[in-house]
Amino acid sequence: MSTSWPLWEVFVRGKRGLNHVHVGSLHAPDAEMALRNARDVYTRRNEGVSIWVVPATAITASSPDEKDPFFAPSGDKVYRHPTFYAIPEDVPHL
Amino acid sequence: MSFDNAYESLLGHEDAHWAFGTGFSEALSGVNREFPPGVDREALAAYCLMLGDDALIFSQRLSEWCSRAPELEEDIALANIALDLLGQARMLLTRAGEVLDRDEDQLAYLRDEREFRNVHLAEIDCGPGPGGDFGTTIARLLVFSSWRLALFSRLRGSADPVLAAIAEKGLKELAYHRDHAAQWTVRLGDGTDESHRRMQAGLARVWPFVDELFATHPVETRLAGVAVDPASLRSEVDGVLEAVLNAAGLTRPADTRAARVAGMAGRDGVHTEAMGYLLAEMQHLHRSLPGAVW
Repeated sequence: MSTSWPLWEVFVRGKRGLNHVHVGSLHAPDAEMALRNARDVYTRRNEGVSIWVVPATAITASSPDEKDPFFAPSGDKVYRHPTFYAIPEDVPHL
Repeated sequence: MSFDNAYESLLGHEDAHWAFGTGFSEALSGVNREFPPGVDREALAAYCLMLGDDALIFSQRLSEWCSRAPELEEDIALANIALDLLGQARMLLTRAGEVLDRDEDQLAYLRDEREFRNVHLAEIDCGPGPGGDFGTTIARLLVFSSWRLALFSRLRGSADPVLAAIAEKGLKELAYHRDHAAQWTVRLGDGTDESHRRMQAGLARVWPFVDELFATHPVETRLAGVAVDPASLRSEVDGVLEAVLNAAGLTRPADTRAARVAGMAGRDGVHTEAMGYLLAEMQHLHRSLPGAVW
């Protein structure tokens, strides 16, 4: 079995989902085939209406080592949440 | 909304469902299953067996690739295509069974070789194994899906509402099958010297079985308005194949003589030597354990 095909990350937008969501990864020789493979591997059970594929090498990820300096400082800043405002009831998805 | 489970965040929480997909629909729900007035029912059953057996037998062939394709992703792609065709076969055999008073399982598992009406292209061994390779299978898929897509496109206008509905549903599936085959044909044909050689050899393997696809059978003649005359599809399908082969840098094989068995076609119930082995494997379980279910 060949291991030469590059890795792609797959994002699917569900029927009622608002955003594309990462669902997994796969191998494919090029972007067009990656899209088709994603259709076959990740939307077999009627999950999606739109697919994005991204070369895994194009993703720059944060490192677990940097978890504390990256994320801990926001842990005590409750004022950044919009909970101090009155939200109109007819505004969805806020 | 939790992002721990990707599918949960795709679908939200409002749906009660057993799997993560929702919104499934029954393809033939609401379709009138009465036979059209004046239709030759015996011919209609034979025609449904022809189209149903094409799908059933090719589905069996494609499923042989499961776990043996070049990559896991391709295992799943070919299995998906096989399952689409199996779904078409089930609907068509069920329709035939309404005339013949037999159910789909009886027709799939309890008929003998001479009673199958599929074209030879569906049954020949194109690999994995000695009969061919991935390129051969892609060549067959390209020819088969281009032909069946053109056929189903016309069949949507059938006077039999069930056949028309089956065609409507199958059309989208076949469009994807053809696309998958065309994508691979271009990549293999225009890839390396080795992939080009294998793709060209695959075309040579399946080409002698192309003429049979377009030969009008007496059953089709008897079903004017219900069946599609395959001879009328030839120029459309030739055009599609020409375009794909040109894009792939491949040559159309010169040999188009109909490969027949004793001058007979699969539509007549006369099959190549590969068919008996295929049926033995496909029917073995049901015949050993009648009525076995999952």
